[in-house]
Amino acid sequence: MIGFTHYLILSTILFGIGMYGVISKRNAVAVLMSVEIMLNAVNINFIAINKFIRSETGIGQLFAIFVIVVAAAEVAVGLALIIAIYRQKKSVNLNDFNLLKW
Amino acid sequence: MNYSLLAPEMLIALTGLLLLISGLILAGRGQRLVGIISVVLLVAVLLLVVVRFSESAVFFNGVYQVDTFANFFKALFLIAAVLVMLSAGKYTQRFEQKQSEFYALMVFATLGMMVMAAAGDLITIYIGLELMTVSFYILTAYLLNDEASSEAGLKYLILGAISSAILLFGMSLLFALSGTTVISEIAGQVSRQPALIAGIILMIVGFGFKIAAVPFHMWAPDIYQGAPIPVTTYLAVGSKAAAFAALLRIFMIALPPGQFNWSLVLAILAAITIIVGNLIALNQTNVKRMLAYSSIAQAGYILAGLVAANAYGLKGVLFYAMLYVFCNTGAFAVATAVETDTGSTDRVAFNALGKRSPMLAAIMTVCLLSLAGIPPMAGFAGKFYLFSGAIQAGYLWLAFIGLLMSMISVYYYLLVAKAMYIGESDREDIIDIKLPARFALWVCLLATILIGVYPAPLSNLAQTAIQMFL
Repeated sequence: MIGFTHYLILSTILFGIGMYGVISKRNAVAVLMSVEIMLNAVNINFIAINKFIRSETGIGQLFAIFVIVVAAAEVAVGLALIIAIYRQKKSVNLNDFNLLKW
Repeated sequence: MNYSLLAPEMLIALTGLLLLISGLILAGRGQRLVGIISVVLLVAVLLLVVVRFSESAVFFNGVYQVDTFANFFKALFLIAAVLVMLSAGKYTQRFEQKQSEFYALMVFATLGMMVMAAAGDLITIYIGLELMTVSFYILTAYLLNDEASSEAGLKYLILGAISSAILLFGMSLLFALSGTTVISEIAGQVSRQPALIAGIILMIVGFGFKIAAVPFHMWAPDIYQGAPIPVTTYLAVGSKAAAFAALLRIFMIALPPGQFNWSLVLAILAAITIIVGNLIALNQTNVKRMLAYSSIAQAGYILAGLVAANAYGLKGVLFYAMLYVFCNTGAFAVATAVETDTGSTDRVAFNALGKRSPMLAAIMTVCLLSLAGIPPMAGFAGKFYLFSGAIQAGYLWLAFIGLLMSMISVYYYLLVAKAMYIGESDREDIIDIKLPARFALWVCLLATILIGVYPAPLSNLAQTAIQMFL
């Protein structure tokens, strides 16, 4: 029987994969995708909580929908920024963006 | 429910939409009108907030709360937005045909901050936070032809998105343990257990990114340097205060310090932030970057007030956040004027400013001394509240570190003053400042001195705002 714990383990693993991708990937689009994975891990959490702990209310699902909507807006801005920066540098590799450094 | 108390938020939202439309109608030279419209409307909303300061109400089963605490921060954001818009003046010409959207995005960012400060629910906090940060992503990259600006925008977007994901994961754990997202209901539902510790740590990390606390500060200097300077000002002043407002509400109400002992974690974070921020600021030659590191250090001081979590400390948080608006906007406004004139914010660009424009140099000096905490400027009174709160709560070592590093900070603030008064420059011409920017500068100067000399009114206001936490 698959229970609450299994969902939490799945979401934690996904969150870790996303975090690893953000840190290791050099392509800006891949980094955005990794962030998406992290956010979806959170969504799994919310839906699982909604099903197993507070099934009488819909708060978890509501939260997940908000997260999806906001993530879509964020990615729209992110891709626009990547296009803008690609026009200048002809590259989406994060290693090429090194004007600002301490 | 008295829905008219939601008028400030509704009016701000309408203002943003109006500015977008008026930008389409008033093309070309009419663009200048957009700035005037936005300032006038924001001042009107500010008056509305001030007039109805002490009224409070809870909306939609606790999802949204209008109270003195929220009103204090709303007034703060509106003041900051107005000052930034006034001081931006000439700089906005760099945005060419995109001026109206600049003002509209500033207004939407303000709306996000206001929602964050008044949120009574984790979902509302998240929505406000994202409305604010997404607006800032665009604003940071607003100089599309400038490579540093686009780069800063992309970096801010990536790090901002990661930090929201971490914050959300923390919120989901808190939700799992309490079964509710309404902040005031969480307190009674959760008990001390390992999952809660994980949730608290994740939320501290998420908010740590937003307030730029060390070790989550690496984004701040890059973005502050790359972004258009009015945006940097608003980012340093507004988004930081908004994150503190949400942090205070979650940690004081949902996780009361008497029940959950999170203050030591925050104390260590505050100490590292103060030390690292000040030490790295020491060898910066770019004034924008120096101010960025100084703002990291300032976040550490404010965090010390939250660590104390008593009347003095919390009052200090609100007090300091407000006076920080004036001194930081003043310092950045001078930097804006210098950048518009010389095209650079390196310390060399400030050379001989004392001769070229005595007013700018004087305001810069007063604001920097206030940031360093020298009496009789406002910064001294603010630090006095914060550190006496920390001492009362038993964090003598934190107050000691704060005082010691404040001493060290005087050095790099005065380096700028030295460049302005002793430095040599081959340019002798006077820097021309437009009337709105001049007005903003005078407001910053007077507020910085007046609050320092006579802190009682603002202190009482902060006191009433934090009553609900005690």
